[in-house]
Amino acid sequence: MLDFPRWKIWLISLTIAVGIFLSIPSLIAGTPLASSWPKWLPHYKISMGLDLAGGSHLLLEADARDMDKTRLAAMEDSVTTELRRGDPKIAIGDISTQGGRLSFMVRDPSQVDAAVERMRAMTRPQGMTGQRDWDVQVVDTTRVVLTPTASGSKQAIENAMSVAREVVRRRIDPGGTKEVTVITQGGNRILVQVPGVEDPEALKQLIGQTARLEFKLVDLTADPAQVAQGRAPAGSQVLTMADGSSKIAVKRRVMVSGEQLTDAKQSFDQDGRPVVSITFNSTGARRFGRVTQENVNKPFAIILDDKVLSAPNINEPILGGQAQISGNFTVESANQLAVSLASGKLPVKLNVIEERTVGPELGKDSIQKGVVASIVATLAVIIFMLITYGRFGVYADIALVINAFVIIGVMALFNATLTLPGIAGFILTIGAAVDANVLINERIREEQRRGRGVIQSIEFGYKEASRTIFEANTVHAISGVIMLALGSGPVRGFAVVLLIGIITSVFTAVYFTRMLVALWLRRVRPRVLNI
Amino acid sequence: MRHLKLIPDNTNIGFVKLRYWAFGITAALTLGAMALVGIRGLNLGVDFVGGLMIEAKFQQPAHLDTLRGTIDSLGVGQSSLQQFGDPKTVSIRLPLPHETDSGATNRVVAKVKAAVEQTNPGVQFTRSDTVSGKVSGELIRNGLLAVFLAVFAIAIFSWLRYEWQFGVSTFVAIAHDVLMTLGFFALTRMEFDLNIVAAVLTIISYSINDKIVIDDRIRENLRKYRKMNLGNLIDLSVNETLPRTVMTSLTILLALGALLIFGGHVLRGFTSAMILGIIIGTYSSIYVSSSLLITLGLSSGPPPADEARPAGRGEPARDS
Repeated sequence: MLDFPRWKIWLISLTIAVGIFLSIPSLIAGTPLASSWPKWLPHYKISMGLDLAGGSHLLLEADARDMDKTRLAAMEDSVTTELRRGDPKIAIGDISTQGGRLSFMVRDPSQVDAAVERMRAMTRPQGMTGQRDWDVQVVDTTRVVLTPTASGSKQAIENAMSVAREVVRRRIDPGGTKEVTVITQGGNRILVQVPGVEDPEALKQLIGQTARLEFKLVDLTADPAQVAQGRAPAGSQVLTMADGSSKIAVKRRVMVSGEQLTDAKQSFDQDGRPVVSITFNSTGARRFGRVTQENVNKPFAIILDDKVLSAPNINEPILGGQAQISGNFTVESANQLAVSLASGKLPVKLNVIEERTVGPELGKDSIQKGVVASIVATLAVIIFMLITYGRFGVYADIALVINAFVIIGVMALFNATLTLPGIAGFILTIGAAVDANVLINERIREEQRRGRGVIQSIEFGYKEASRTIFEANTVHAISGVIMLALGSGPVRGFAVVLLIGIITSVFTAVYFTRMLVALWLRRVRPRVLNI
Repeated sequence: MRHLKLIPDNTNIGFVKLRYWAFGITAALTLGAMALVGIRGLNLGVDFVGGLMIEAKFQQPAHLDTLRGTIDSLGVGQSSLQQFGDPKTVSIRLPLPHETDSGATNRVVAKVKAAVEQTNPGVQFTRSDTVSGKVSGELIRNGLLAVFLAVFAIAIFSWLRYEWQFGVSTFVAIAHDVLMTLGFFALTRMEFDLNIVAAVLTIISYSINDKIVIDDRIRENLRKYRKMNLGNLIDLSVNETLPRTVMTSLTILLALGALLIFGGHVLRGFTSAMILGIIIGTYSSIYVSSSLLITLGLSSGPPPADEARPAGRGEPARDS
């Protein structure tokens, strides 16, 4: 027990010094002292969870049905292109996307096999499973049916998610300066956390807009009475105006789409109304120029997510690759559309499946109460240990205070997020950390009662108790790890602090106090032990 | 200076003698708790049933009945109101709206906020949660899975580390702790949310901690006093570790007490669950898990393979 090598003392002291040092930036954050922390020193900091900082938390899930629809439409496009333009041409008809499957008739029965062959070549294998993303079958000898496979759909969503995540991030934080969290979860979800936002509605609108922008010509040949009933001539479709006022027939063929944009900004037209100014890339500009040249004095429709925003007349060819989108905007909604357009189209519709908002007042209140509770808890435990174990209580108390700092330091080092349940975890750790010292001290008392000498009692106390402490904390850690792995939200925030606390408390309560005791024994060599 | 000793030295309380009483009372209480959960059910929060939750802070203590009338007249479904910590803070819970478009929940929230604000000027809405049925199902599943995994993992740990009787007795005691905690929530109708799952897992973990300390001592004494009758040996072990059991429970309760009084209303459910859990866990360490070892027939002689191993460490012990 007396034998405590110098290098160990240095190592323990150094570890503790580093831990305390790392905790400083987090502790002075938000106080005037924060600015006096030298810039060249490491400044790892604990981040505040939304429940403490206030803000909005959204969990978005990819809409699988929407994804299937998109895939089906894209497949229909490539199938017609492939069979009609490929060599040899295969004439097909009666294309349908009913029931989530794409099917068509091959006009010449002798070409059915060739058509199937060409279809199969268009599908892609899915990993190592041998399955492909589309299942190709022949029904009734001349009808070819393409069914999307489950693994193909899953893969498509997964591929879409990484794009979707970037789009969402750009929409919330166009400047890339805010502390927002946008992460994918479980293959088809995106978790969005924005501190400080109190109005989740605006956030949801901003994120949720698919922002599929299309320019199409208005079909002037359509009979207005037919259009009102939702029927359009071949090659055209009926769409609703964005304000819901009327229906309009437009040509199916897309003149230019939002993918050919390089920029979108909110601005004002000559009458001072808010509009969105867009800039096309070179292909987009060329196509837009050509179509407007050919269709002067005819109207075209500006379509956003299958709703017609406006259908202005083409007064003159628009050649510069610049255009304005008008349509009953406020400055805010124009700005929102501009951000959505500039950030790109969402590859899949996202639905909000969980939403939590905490006002900044409540957050501030929680932090304040958490701090008070932590201090009171620490003081109560300190006093209790002191009156129970005297000198050994003081050692345990020093270890306890150091432990509190080291927990903060380690959390800062890993940039862990502190949540309200995390504060509960912290306070609980304060109460439980002294368990190790209680075990040791009670064991020392026991050994003394059995008639052992001072040094021997302490030696035995530490040795016998260490085993129990190790086992008890292993069990503790098991449940901590389970909480971290399976828990969500608050459970996780709690588990992080608990796990860090388990490790640091064993270190301070066992090794550090042992060092203090050894140094004291060496200096004083007491004959009687008052514990 | 004389130090505080909550438990006098060398206590010799006959815990084992009382075990039939203890088993009887414990079994009755546990059955009662289960019946409560079965009949009254748990007051599950939006985390687990899906729905909307809006927390409102009023200037004056709120009249729940008037408030309920205001909200129920909006036609947004049946509301469930609960005072949260102090009479001025109320949580309003509503079912998810029938429409499924993305703005539907926000319309409900806005409607409720406007109506409440009209009758109670100066009210503040401090928090709101919306959880869809899909997510709540997953949260329930993961929560249950976490609790089961924790109980089993820890029971297996103590079975591998000691004899199987320790595993079983620990498992029974933990199941008792969890059921009693659930019964408490059924009785008080306090909201059962995700935080409480964390509390239950922590209760499990601390309760086990307690049991391991006693089990460890029983094992140590089994080696030390080979001739001692098992009942006496368990009594001795529980008595020897009694000061520690009481001290540690007290320090944790001190810390939790501070959290309960000063920690604010959001954590109140969590803290109450923990405080109750620590008390139940301490009780079950002494009366359930240790005494159960006799019933399970732990052999008082050491396992034969034990001599060859260094004391207290080594291979998982096999039952002899």
